[in-house]
Amino acid sequence: MPAPGEPALVVDGLVSGYGGGDVLHEVSMTVAEGGITCVVGPNGAGKSTLLATISGLLRPRRGSITFRGEPLVGKSPRQILDAGLVHVPQNHSLFRDMTVSENIELGGYIIRDRALIARRRADIEQTFPQVASWSRKKAGALSGGEQRLVEFARCLMLDPALVILDEPSMGLSPKVLRSVFDAVRMMNARGKTILLVEQNARAGLRLSTHGVVMENGRVRLAGTGEQVLGHPEIGALYLGGSPAT
Amino acid sequence: MTALLRAEGVAKAFGGVQALQDCTVEVEQGAIAGLIGPNGSGKTTLFNIMTGYERVDSGDVYLGERKITNQRPQRVFALGIGRTFQLTRIFPRLTVMENMLIAAQHGGGRDGRFRNPLARAGGNAERRRATELLEFTGIASHAGALADTLSYGQRKLLELSYVLVADPAIVLLDEPAGGVNPSLIQHLAGRIRELNAAGKTFLIVEHNMDFVMGLCGHVTVLDYGTVVASGPPAIIRSDPRVLDAYLGATEEDDDAGPG
Repeated sequence: MPAPGEPALVVDGLVSGYGGGDVLHEVSMTVAEGGITCVVGPNGAGKSTLLATISGLLRPRRGSITFRGEPLVGKSPRQILDAGLVHVPQNHSLFRDMTVSENIELGGYIIRDRALIARRRADIEQTFPQVASWSRKKAGALSGGEQRLVEFARCLMLDPALVILDEPSMGLSPKVLRSVFDAVRMMNARGKTILLVEQNARAGLRLSTHGVVMENGRVRLAGTGEQVLGHPEIGALYLGGSPAT
Repeated sequence: MTALLRAEGVAKAFGGVQALQDCTVEVEQGAIAGLIGPNGSGKTTLFNIMTGYERVDSGDVYLGERKITNQRPQRVFALGIGRTFQLTRIFPRLTVMENMLIAAQHGGGRDGRFRNPLARAGGNAERRRATELLEFTGIASHAGALADTLSYGQRKLLELSYVLVADPAIVLLDEPAGGVNPSLIQHLAGRIRELNAAGKTFLIVEHNMDFVMGLCGHVTVLDYGTVVASGPPAIIRSDPRVLDAYLGATEEDDDAGPG
């Protein structure tokens, strides 16, 4: 296992896309062990495609992805789960008519060991006591922010080493955003390395130890969250007119 | 001067989500105007309201002096507002020409009478007009091909051709450059400029900033369903409120209280 701050996930020269065209053009980036790395960028930059390729939902055309030294390209999404990467997708992914407790249980559907499931559930209740208090409610009855927390709780059933979050702030008010980001910090404090994509670039970068700005399928800026946030070019990357690199 | 198209103080909520709030957007006659804003800022909802696909909760829409609030889409189209959709809406199992002839039957006559689109389509005049438009957009060589054999970018050109059949006073384009390859984007921009030079007014929703900023003389920026800035591209690009809209508010900003 890499030391904290060393690269845990290494993406190198990744080319990936759907159908005819490439969305990612030779993307290289790293995710630091124990850190929170935030990928930002305008619509169509390739952020979600990057996450889908990392978690094996999309097979890259070229390039490599390694996690703690283990190559991931060519593995199935299930094998990538086993390698310790869990992806929380962008869209509401809970079963609305099932209870919170049932939804969380489903996060561990690949686990056969009942005792392990019980242990994981107990851990999750400690991490997110709020979520435990909703356990008998229907997931669809929760607010958008509450559903986010349940999705986080569910992903912890597999005790991932790397949690991948696709736009956790989407559709949330600033106040709710804070509670969701607090939950991200909580997971990070409990040892999870975090990779997230954020549309709210400022909030996402401020939350994170490391930042990556993508634009048009390429990495345009990378550094600490603060460096990226303060970079004079970040506005141009969003509003156009940026000098080509 | 009266704007050609104006949404005035429009509000629209879906359940608990306020998609538009006191939203006023004007498009001058002869303009190529842009409408931008982050995801979920209300751009498509405003388009839907302007074209009758959604009803307002409050506020009004005017075409010139005429109030067209909550008119049905067919009526709005007949009055002279054409639009394309983010995901193209064409008939995939008909040929490109057949798609055009259906457009001719729907919108060609401004009398608003319903005509059966399956009735024998395509008088000579209609075919000639359709061919001219396909030549103009550059897909005439595909006229006999099934629409679903077109590339994504070509479908967008078909949709533009289709909308032009009715010779609308203003054309609303919803993400015309989205998913389209760079050379076709250039081609599309050229066609829009040419139509504009001939007097056509445009309102364009688009995320491709180089496309919007290069094409539009005036850009309006929505954020959380309301207008945060409006002006020429150079001003918009350097407006800190626009940057705030795109880069987002931080958690800390919430502590600053109202404002």
